[in-house]
Amino acid sequence: MSAELFSLFYQFADVFAFLILSAAGLAIVFGMMGVINMAHGEFIMCGAYVTVGLVNLGVPLVIAQILAALTAGLIGVAVEFLIVRRFYKRPLDSLLATWGLSLIVTQSMLLIVGSAVRGIGTPEGSFAIGGYTFSSYRLVLFGCAVAVLAGLYIVFMKTRFGVIARATMQNAAMAKALGARTGRIYAISFGIGTGLAGLCGALYAPTMTLIPTMGATFVVESFVTVVIGGANVLLGTAPAAVFLAVIRMTLNASYGQIIGQIGMLFAVILIIRVLPEGLSSVLVRRGR
Amino acid sequence: MPTDRILDVSELWAGYGATPILQGVSMSVSRGEIVGVIGRNGVGKSTLMRCLIGLLQTWRGTITFMGQDVTQLEADARARAGFGYIPQGRDVFPQMSVEENLQVGELIGGPDGKKLPDLVYEYFPRLRERRRQVAGTMSGGEQQQLAIGRALIGNPSLMILDEPSEGVQPSIVQHICEALKSFRNELGTTIIFVEQNLDTILAIAQRCYIMEKGTITRSLAGDDVNEDNVRAQLLL
Repeated sequence: MSAELFSLFYQFADVFAFLILSAAGLAIVFGMMGVINMAHGEFIMCGAYVTVGLVNLGVPLVIAQILAALTAGLIGVAVEFLIVRRFYKRPLDSLLATWGLSLIVTQSMLLIVGSAVRGIGTPEGSFAIGGYTFSSYRLVLFGCAVAVLAGLYIVFMKTRFGVIARATMQNAAMAKALGARTGRIYAISFGIGTGLAGLCGALYAPTMTLIPTMGATFVVESFVTVVIGGANVLLGTAPAAVFLAVIRMTLNASYGQIIGQIGMLFAVILIIRVLPEGLSSVLVRRGR
Repeated sequence: MPTDRILDVSELWAGYGATPILQGVSMSVSRGEIVGVIGRNGVGKSTLMRCLIGLLQTWRGTITFMGQDVTQLEADARARAGFGYIPQGRDVFPQMSVEENLQVGELIGGPDGKKLPDLVYEYFPRLRERRRQVAGTMSGGEQQQLAIGRALIGNPSLMILDEPSEGVQPSIVQHICEALKSFRNELGTTIIFVEQNLDTILAIAQRCYIMEKGTITRSLAGDDVNEDNVRAQLLL
């Protein structure tokens, strides 16, 4: 019995980790700046390619993953400075600009690197409970997702930077009039967002085939999670991921992957119909 | 009259879109003065305050603060140089606690400036009681005290207040007036404020600039700051 329960938890954890890791970066950029980063998937791809490239050069996997997340973060800061910064008052234009970036990057990667890169394989390691065998790496991913949420909580709720960043999010002009360097805060926040996207790619790189369009694998899930979560990462994205993971796990277990995916998207449509501003609109109001 | 100038505004032009609101405003304020800017609705008083803090760009003219030309500085740089701005409508950060709102104000005066958290709570004990409360749920008067405390905490050399008594109950207005006078007396804070409320003006202003159609037309000082003269300038 406990083996079955653990198996359910394991499947939930797998989907939850995927949703959180792929959505956290997108949610931060959207929540902080109102920018919908259409190049989110390409930052994920960047994290994956850097990881695999470094591992093929002989760098240990964990270090390669950390370096990949940092790389994506730094590129994000540069992209904010060169492109996104010009569009803060024009949300639709920022959407177009980042989409353009996404197309350029994907196609350039196809031209330069080619369509496939030698993968590195999922780290070995599994354990058995009852009659079931589980991959340890999937649990590592779940641990990372929880750690990302905890890290975001600490950075945004417990640090000075977090207080100033939230003030900027709520009223940028007033924060500026009190001395906040809002431009720098936006650049750092964008970098945190793309760094998390890079981390997502880095963590999933060992589990999948690397192709320049791989970002697309994550983008649907990350967008639906952010859309039903609303603008608040901690009070929106996290509960949204729990909700979607439970639905998907239940349907996966009974009817298979395809029905799981369809059911999850169907649930998303229902939620948007009932709560157009996302789950966080309800939770934030409660919290007051 | 003190002669040590802290702020000099010369021939200031600014506006929204192509419409000029300020049309050559000139004024000067000495260290430790409390100066009111009064006039009817829509003459550009709030626009002048937004221009002083730097939230609205200056078209022409100069703003000199403690001998330094700050006209080209952005709002955040002016705040770090010692401007403490309390906007109309208060603009507290609604989803953050009182304590967190005050933390943002500590940016004023730059990292090397003196910070005064204890003094804020001394002047406004209500804020200490509510320090974990979310600012958006507080009353207008409490939010006004928070907005003033948020500026005070960074020990600004110059406080800019836009209608501090608007939407605040009279007993709290009185408390705020007393607090503003003590800032000046005990910390040497210079204060510029825009106000429509006669009692507030008479309670704290040493001098008044009278604004009409985007320019300063007259000023009142000393005994001329009295009920009749001030009332004549307000739409009552």
